[in-house]
Amino acid sequence: MKPRQQRMLAVGLAVAGVAIAATFTLRAFQDNMMFFVDISDVIAGDYPKQRNFRIGGLVVDGSIEREEGSMDLRFRVTDMNCELPVSYVGVLPDLFREGQGVVAHGRLGDEGVFVADKILAKHDENYMAPEVADSLAKHVENKTTPLRQGVTECVTE
Amino acid sequence: MIPEIGQFALILALSLAICQGVLPLVGAHRNDSAMMQVGNTAALGQFVFVTIAFGCLTWSFVTSDFSVLYVANHSQLSLPTVYKISAVWGAHEGSLLMWILILAAWTVAVSRYSSELPEAFSARVIGVLGLLSIGFLLFALLTSNPFDRLTPPASDGADLNPLLQDPGLAIHPPLLYIGYVGFSVAFAFAIAAMLSGNLDQRWAKWTRPWTTLAWMFLTLGIMLGSWWAYYELGWGGWWFWDPVENASFMPWLIGTALIHSLAVTEKRGLFKSWTLLLAITAFSLSLLGTFLVRSGIIVSVHAFATDPTRGFFILGFLGVVVVGALILYAWRAPSLDSDVGFALLSRETFLLLNNVLLVVAATLVLMGTLAPLVIELLNGGKISIGPPWFEVAFLVPMIPLVLLLGLGMHTAWRKQDTRPWFALLRIPAIAAVLLGIVLPLMFYGRTGLLLAVGFAAALWIIATSLIQPIRSLRRKDGSAGITRSALGMSVAHLGMGLFVLGATVTSAFNVESDRALTPGESIDVAGYDFTMLELRNVEGPNYSAIEGVIEISKDGDYVATVRPQKRQYLVQKNWMTEAGIYATWNKDLFVALGDQLGNGAWSVRVQYKPMIRYIWFGAIIMALGGIIAVSDRRYRLKASKTSKVSGTAAESA
Repeated sequence: MKPRQQRMLAVGLAVAGVAIAATFTLRAFQDNMMFFVDISDVIAGDYPKQRNFRIGGLVVDGSIEREEGSMDLRFRVTDMNCELPVSYVGVLPDLFREGQGVVAHGRLGDEGVFVADKILAKHDENYMAPEVADSLAKHVENKTTPLRQGVTECVTE
Repeated sequence: MIPEIGQFALILALSLAICQGVLPLVGAHRNDSAMMQVGNTAALGQFVFVTIAFGCLTWSFVTSDFSVLYVANHSQLSLPTVYKISAVWGAHEGSLLMWILILAAWTVAVSRYSSELPEAFSARVIGVLGLLSIGFLLFALLTSNPFDRLTPPASDGADLNPLLQDPGLAIHPPLLYIGYVGFSVAFAFAIAAMLSGNLDQRWAKWTRPWTTLAWMFLTLGIMLGSWWAYYELGWGGWWFWDPVENASFMPWLIGTALIHSLAVTEKRGLFKSWTLLLAITAFSLSLLGTFLVRSGIIVSVHAFATDPTRGFFILGFLGVVVVGALILYAWRAPSLDSDVGFALLSRETFLLLNNVLLVVAATLVLMGTLAPLVIELLNGGKISIGPPWFEVAFLVPMIPLVLLLGLGMHTAWRKQDTRPWFALLRIPAIAAVLLGIVLPLMFYGRTGLLLAVGFAAALWIIATSLIQPIRSLRRKDGSAGITRSALGMSVAHLGMGLFVLGATVTSAFNVESDRALTPGESIDVAGYDFTMLELRNVEGPNYSAIEGVIEISKDGDYVATVRPQKRQYLVQKNWMTEAGIYATWNKDLFVALGDQLGNGAWSVRVQYKPMIRYIWFGAIIMALGGIIAVSDRRYRLKASKTSKVSGTAAESA
């Protein structure tokens, strides 16, 4: 091949490759994007229906319930404004604890319970997922008194 | 006192780095030999002072000097000494110091083994490395000083993150950094070549062994990280498409493309400007990885604690390096026309395809990694891109890549005749396809499209990589044997084949099960019985643990006993999972303790992972191929003897 043809071949292949990659990526992103939704928004009904999303917040003190000897687990997660009940079956990460930050993947099931298929807690206790920190900060700023246990008032717009 | 010496040494190292970054470049421009020579001496001096600084920090760790903030945050009195030493690079400040030390060591190695290079060229290389070193030293001194004092001193430290208290992770960062930083050498060679304006094939020849060496370390580093995630995070997966994993994987993909494109540039004088661009990209992606990991901008299990100033510094540094390199490139690259041609069926074409596919793969990984950032900046909400996307997207360029690999290896430079090519490759191709369908059915009882493709591709690569070495063994006396670089290529590709085999079989046939288990009870996973004999308490040096004694049997025959632990580290009070793994050549049986469920029951995660070891073993073989290729004697010949362009496939790499 002549140099000019070579260059055309190279450019052509590169353009084709990038085009395929871009189309593919954009299409597949649609299906695989998982949105992070504030718990207050979930309570207000503002969440992606019929698909998985992520929630995050603090595990409410004293909310972890487990039937003796069973893997089924229920707990509540708060964004310092609203609380959302979560159910999960499986092995928990090591740093899952009451009062600690947590992120859960799953979807909203019947009776407003978030059915988690994956629970993430961070490996370093000083580290909190940025979206959780943002979500908490939003509501802490609005409150003059610190959160009481088992808050009942939950302000949704 | 010792920390202050360390700090002082770091400042002296910076002064020497400035000498090293400025004088040789000016000297090369003015053709002043004395100024060019300063670079080598300054590099050596810088290495000595950085070593002193590193030694001082290590000393502070070993003697548990908790008046040093970094030590107080990442060590503890009862920490075993070996982990006190590895804690030096266990967090941001110390690992940055290690990065600088490795850069200084690479520089000294280059200055020592480059005596064959033209004086001005090697001076420019040393100068560029000096400029990079200035950037990193400033970064350490201005934003991340490991020697900052803590007043009043702590009586005991906050302990090293228990996840890092592990032999695998003690050596994973050094290897990874040697690889990352090693690409700065290829980068410096590229910049030096563009500065000198003399971009003949010799440039590619000089760069090749350094690039291969860096690539080899990066391969080992990534492999160790994957292995560590497998047994230490307690998840049992081997790759999670975590942003930090991706950060190390993108330079690897581009580095792999660079190795292949360097081969074309050296042998044929083609792809020159493309090769330069890859050298710049590989190092830029290393820097981007550093930025992503250390700025706290992305969500990752590995991310270091957040500090915006650090993020800005690296982003600025990245900007200077990339923009500077690209301006130089735009200025010089157009003069790189080459008038040699090649046929459509030639090794050049296959290496071109290799490069396109690897770059596409790296681009996909980059897009998936940065998409959450971009979408958040565009106010599109907070999203994450899960492993399912990466797994599918990545296969798109990878499947053609591994299939073409076997063809490309046996194609001659310039022009390949079709007939001998078909004759040679027909049998391996047919055998790979048939066995790819039959073997999974035979051993695992089922097959599928993707599985058959993966299996056949693995066998195809393994078969085609063995052709040349076997022929060389069976050659007649007196005929030329296989060269080290060709052998290295065959071995590295063999490793790739083993990797593909392991990845295919593991993802197709792994069995994972989360179950509740009480002592005395038994569960069945993938045909194996897991019986929990007892739970007992175990005391370690700085942790106490609950250990499950689990006996594995198959059809009533004893197989093994594994002892997974749940450890609580005494200082940080964190719980940590230590998996119990029984490994044989064709499978892993993996048991991890989950949580106490009450009534004496524990949740356990039990996994059957067939051929998972081939993934890491394959990576080790790839790295071995790298060493063999680097040891080729033509890299040690005098630079003035330009290698003859070889026309046969047997001689090439």
